[in-house]
Amino acid sequence: MSWKASEMTPDVKWQDLTPGCAIFEGGTSAAVQTGDWRTMKPVLHADKCKQCLLCVPVCPDLSIPMQADGKRGDFDYFFCKGCGICANVCPFGAIEMVKDEK
Amino acid sequence: MAYNLKEILMKEERLSGGHRMCAGCGSPIAIRAVLRALEPGDRAVITGATSCMEVSTFMYPYTAWKDSFIHNAFENAAATCSGVETAYRALKKRGKIDETYKFITFGGDGGTYDIGFQSLSGAMERGHDMVYVCYDNEAYMNTGIQRSSSTPHFADTTTTPQGSVIPGKLQQKKNLTKIMVAHGIPYVGQTTFIGNFKDVTEKAHRAIYTPGAAFLNVMAPCPRGWRYPSEELMEITKLAVETCVWPLYEVIEGKYILSYRPKNKLPVEEYLKRQGRFAHMFKPGNEWMIQQVQQEVDRAWEELLTLCGE
Amino acid sequence: MSIRERLSGNEAIAVAMKQINPDVMGAFPITPSTEIPQYFSAYVDNGEVDTEFIAVESEHSAMSTCIGAQAAGARAISATSSCGLIYMAEMLYVAASDRLPITLAVSCRALSGPININNDHSDAMSVRDSGWLMLFAETNQEAYDNYLQAMRIGEAVSLPIMICQDGFITSHAIENIELVEDDKVKAFVGEYQPQHYLLKKDSAMAVGAYATPVYYMESKRQQAQAMLDAKDVIRQVAKEFAEMTGREYGLIEKYRMEDAEEAIVIIGSSAGTAKAAIEQLRAQGRKVGLVKIRSFRPFPAEDLAEALKDVKSFAVMDKSDSFNAHCGPLFAETAAALYAAGVTGPKGISYIYGLGGRDVRVESICKVFDDLLEISRTGDVGDTYRYLDVRE
Repeated sequence: MSWKASEMTPDVKWQDLTPGCAIFEGGTSAAVQTGDWRTMKPVLHADKCKQCLLCVPVCPDLSIPMQADGKRGDFDYFFCKGCGICANVCPFGAIEMVKDEK
Repeated sequence: MAYNLKEILMKEERLSGGHRMCAGCGSPIAIRAVLRALEPGDRAVITGATSCMEVSTFMYPYTAWKDSFIHNAFENAAATCSGVETAYRALKKRGKIDETYKFITFGGDGGTYDIGFQSLSGAMERGHDMVYVCYDNEAYMNTGIQRSSSTPHFADTTTTPQGSVIPGKLQQKKNLTKIMVAHGIPYVGQTTFIGNFKDVTEKAHRAIYTPGAAFLNVMAPCPRGWRYPSEELMEITKLAVETCVWPLYEVIEGKYILSYRPKNKLPVEEYLKRQGRFAHMFKPGNEWMIQQVQQEVDRAWEELLTLCGE
Repeated sequence: MSIRERLSGNEAIAVAMKQINPDVMGAFPITPSTEIPQYFSAYVDNGEVDTEFIAVESEHSAMSTCIGAQAAGARAISATSSCGLIYMAEMLYVAASDRLPITLAVSCRALSGPININNDHSDAMSVRDSGWLMLFAETNQEAYDNYLQAMRIGEAVSLPIMICQDGFITSHAIENIELVEDDKVKAFVGEYQPQHYLLKKDSAMAVGAYATPVYYMESKRQQAQAMLDAKDVIRQVAKEFAEMTGREYGLIEKYRMEDAEEAIVIIGSSAGTAKAAIEQLRAQGRKVGLVKIRSFRPFPAEDLAEALKDVKSFAVMDKSDSFNAHCGPLFAETAAALYAAGVTGPKGISYIYGLGGRDVRVESICKVFDDLLEISRTGDVGDTYRYLDVRE
């Protein structure tokens, strides 16, 4: 029995459920989209961004990825719930909160 | 080694997105900050008390934890972690494990100051090599903003509603950090999110890498319960520190060390007025409430300065 | 060659623990099980075992540490009684639903109030739906033997197991006992080798999920299956144990049931008293017998129905009351077992006895058999909910 989290779908039979509802992998929530909770959306104005990185640790939703070159990447809208903390801490006005049109 | 935000952020994240905490919640920010303090080669087992954080980060089959994680119940996270840590020592002694593990527990203030207090006290007294991190958002947020012993004086919660006779919570916030100091454990820290996260990251590192029991109290605001716009989280924590409502300090082997002294200590109104839970304190005739809180904060601050030899 | 000793039931359990040398013990003192962690911590401090002993600050934390330790990949044990058992009740449910085969020795004692330190089964019965396997012992020997079989059973079905004996009556009384040699115990019990655990190399595991209604019921159905599967496992482990020791165990023990017309169903040490009563009555030509429950969880429904199907009347002896204005818990389950098997002939009554250390004498049991004889003769059960040996 592989007991992968991805196989524990809502139609899984009791015989196939992982014992005790344990999960035998880390970070399986990465499959869960929380970006659809958003009403406002942060937009990065790269020209204003000085890469001070103050916005990265304040994100509750791991939506500001670090790149291999040590710079922040663009927002991960799959997770971003649009709380706006990042925009508020940016000293350079590089992050703008706009209405999220879906 | 000098603190470098970029280097810290280049470490692999140990929490995954897709958790279901509210937008703007302080607790995942605390978790990320603490877990970033782990050395990359070290593995960790995380224990979580029942809380917003727990039900949001491990809703079957989705765990947001990249390390091994165990949730047991509301009031026993510290005891559970002490069991995991003891198993580690037993299995290591018997040659069944060769990797290095660290043991970190997260609990909210309800699971730490109140119902989990006995379990916490026991685990700290026994000296397990673990860190208990309280993400303190000053009420039972998971059940809908009920008062805890961590809720500040006069705060409006759903079990201390500001009414026509009783003006919110009648008691002061319990000083759990000092109670943990009284356990004589090697490390106790009080912190929150400020600027480049130097304070919380360095304290978390000391807590994790000090052998023995350590306690870290992290103020982690809840926009829903404190009633402020979610984007203002970092302003709220800054004001908590600048007004000395939540001083930053640590106690290493019994020695108090002040981490930050505001150049101009701000009046408590600056902190209180930003939050809906204190709004009734600003109604005409309620000035005495603000004065009283100011006196309480001043007294605690002076005591802390004395303890820190400032 | 087995080792002949004289031990109290508590010490016998502690000796079994020492022979097994588990990874972690988390325990808190409570009468009458206190001696178990006392003996065991002496073994630890004298280097006779290398178990990590955690002297926790409550029974709740004792079970919490066991849950953490067992989930981490260790074999974890504890011991408790009475209020301690129900203080850890919340965690008992978690241990079972997390499918962690923790082993808990219980020296059964009355519950408060009024506070009372003596034996009955109200503690164990109050956690009967927690999902734990529960074996009960009549004698010190059985307590020891059950303990040696416990981990084999629990680990085979991934369920925690309680090894219950009667507080003071067996826990403190010293009896002759045959111990199994250390090397045989180690070989019989074996190593704990879970497939998944928190500290497993190169692998993360998450324990204790929030399960929505989409998954909760499937999870419970799976847990129920483990309890069903345990019946065969208990029999199989007992068979291997009998091959090693010559001592045979089943889910129940039948005593003089071959032609019995009146029978009692009983748990624990009072079975010994009942056996003496049965011998006395048999000498008078009475056809009486007894069924002793060894495995209360899983409940031996089929075995009980088979054992009782031909009696004219039976009394189920409960050393605790459900306070349901009807019957004790063992009676309720026994009656359900008979009815489910289509056995409706025998007439049954519920007797509450021995609460809070009330002596159970041979005459008391004879009185029960006299009541049953009357029921067999007249066909009139009268009051089915009775208290034995209570002043009135």
